[in-house]
Amino acid sequence: MSQSRSISGTALNTHLWLVYAFLYVPILVLILLSFNKSGLPTAWGGVSLKWYVALAHNSAILSAALNTLIVALAATFIACVLGTFLALGIELRRKGNDKGQVVDTLLMAPMIIPDIVLAIALLSFFNLLKVGLGLHSIIISHAVFNIAFVCAVVRTRLKHFDYSILEASIDLGASAFTTFRRVLLPAIFPGVLAGGLLSFTLSVDEFIIAFFNSGSGQASTTLPMQIYAMIRFGVTPEINALATLVMLVSITALLASQRLNKAPRTHE
Amino acid sequence: MNNSSAVLILDKVSKSYGNGLAVNEVSLNIRENEFFALLGPSGCGKTTLLRMLAGFETPSAGCIYLDGKDISPLPANKRPLNLMFQSYALFPNMTVRKNIAYGLEMERLPEADIRRRVDEVLSTAQLGELAERKPDQLSGGQRQRVALARALVKRPRVLLLDEPLGALDKKLREKMQLELKRLQLESGITFIIVTHDQEEALVMSDRMAVLDGGKVCQCGSPTELYENPNSRFVANFIGVSNLLEGVRSGPHSVRVNGQELAVETDAPLVPGQPVAVVVRPERLQVLGEGEVCANQVSGHIVEIAYHGLDTNLHVQTGFSDKPLIVRVPSSQFEFAHFAIGMSVRLGWQARHARVLTR
Repeated sequence: MSQSRSISGTALNTHLWLVYAFLYVPILVLILLSFNKSGLPTAWGGVSLKWYVALAHNSAILSAALNTLIVALAATFIACVLGTFLALGIELRRKGNDKGQVVDTLLMAPMIIPDIVLAIALLSFFNLLKVGLGLHSIIISHAVFNIAFVCAVVRTRLKHFDYSILEASIDLGASAFTTFRRVLLPAIFPGVLAGGLLSFTLSVDEFIIAFFNSGSGQASTTLPMQIYAMIRFGVTPEINALATLVMLVSITALLASQRLNKAPRTHE
Repeated sequence: MNNSSAVLILDKVSKSYGNGLAVNEVSLNIRENEFFALLGPSGCGKTTLLRMLAGFETPSAGCIYLDGKDISPLPANKRPLNLMFQSYALFPNMTVRKNIAYGLEMERLPEADIRRRVDEVLSTAQLGELAERKPDQLSGGQRQRVALARALVKRPRVLLLDEPLGALDKKLREKMQLELKRLQLESGITFIIVTHDQEEALVMSDRMAVLDGGKVCQCGSPTELYENPNSRFVANFIGVSNLLEGVRSGPHSVRVNGQELAVETDAPLVPGQPVAVVVRPERLQVLGEGEVCANQVSGHIVEIAYHGLDTNLHVQTGFSDKPLIVRVPSSQFEFAHFAIGMSVRLGWQARHARVLTR
């Protein structure tokens, strides 16, 4: 009995490691190759940072990186403001009764609609309104799905929120605005920050929607679009280095977001 | 009674939700420096009433006067009343000191004044050492004191307390009951407390109102309500009561189970009217051999509940469905060798029996 259990245990363990390998080996290879002195993926020429240096001198990549930063920051900011108010509106209104399934489903939509559909929808929308394409249209497009994510994160925080502290603030003589600024916002801020970091991550590596709504020209090319353009001439070690950096940014932001969201003020 | 000393007057205040009435034409006068309790089972409307006083709910009908002025149109943040929340509702991102100072900052007082008044309250509430802690570093009892201090520091005309001791364990609750009473006396502020715990109301309040179904059943001092309940509901809700259902048979008698019981009552005589006779457990005596009393019933002991100081005997008599409860001092209990199944005779004075028509 214990024998069979240990065998099945070993099998499960092996399975687990195989899955992990399947998930992470390609990424590890990419990271390793980004430090490969020889430019060939087939031959290891020693450790070198030369591809990172080359990256820093590639003006097209630098401008794309700057564009991505602008888009991600602006979209995140818009999403944080609108998403937070949306979450507050829904949860404050819902307080007490549990209706609002329709609102919930509508909110989830931007998260689960295929990117390609959202991309085309937004493109037609901009055309219809005769809005020219550029960085601004990417920002708006990213804000659309980011709002849903920020809203979802802030709402989880509001689920365990003691609304009586808002009434306590009013009772002590505070105005609605002061209550928002001094009581509500500090209480939900970790949630807003977590939602912001999540949407920043999503925005940094988003390709399809940006690609459709960017218009043409280097001025509105984001990093994923730049990588896509470069890759048409083959994967260079430079791209490996770039991908490694993008991944580093994303993972850091994501971990920070999870951490903020997981421990709602056990201790400060 | 004396309207001139009333600080808060509720005049036929009602609140309806949808098609139900949560509060139904409640009229009360709360006097200056009074410790007033709103007592009732959950859902009786007492919390809604308190929230209307605080300004978080608007009455559907009726007026609320504070010092003679109708405050119904004033929003919560403009009323000189403060509410201590059941959940305490401390601001988690602020220290104890900041929590307490918050209300004074809203009044835009000079910083030195705020500091002085906060220090004062911190020492009255014995919170001095905890001033720099955050709420999540405090025990339940400490949080309760911070919530109280935060409301008291505003020196409100009336302090409203919503089940202030509900979250504390029994020992601490008893200690805080006296503590609250002391703070009320020292501060000279009128307290209105909402509670479902009749013992709490009896211990702390100067006067209390029993609510049921959104209506005031009876309002008066704890002694009045305990000794002279005006209805079966109040008699049952406050303390333990023995209710004997019968019919009125004479000016000083009620017929229960074919036997005439002597009562003293000023309720108008309506022969044949169904009434209940209420006798408190401590007014019942176990009669010894040859002892006589104005009212006597016999039965047998079905249960013995030991409470330390006293012992409650449950005696089945046939005069009511439920056994009558007799409270005897435990010392006497040992002496008399009571046992389950034993036959006993119970007796009580006519003046200890109340007649309830409602």
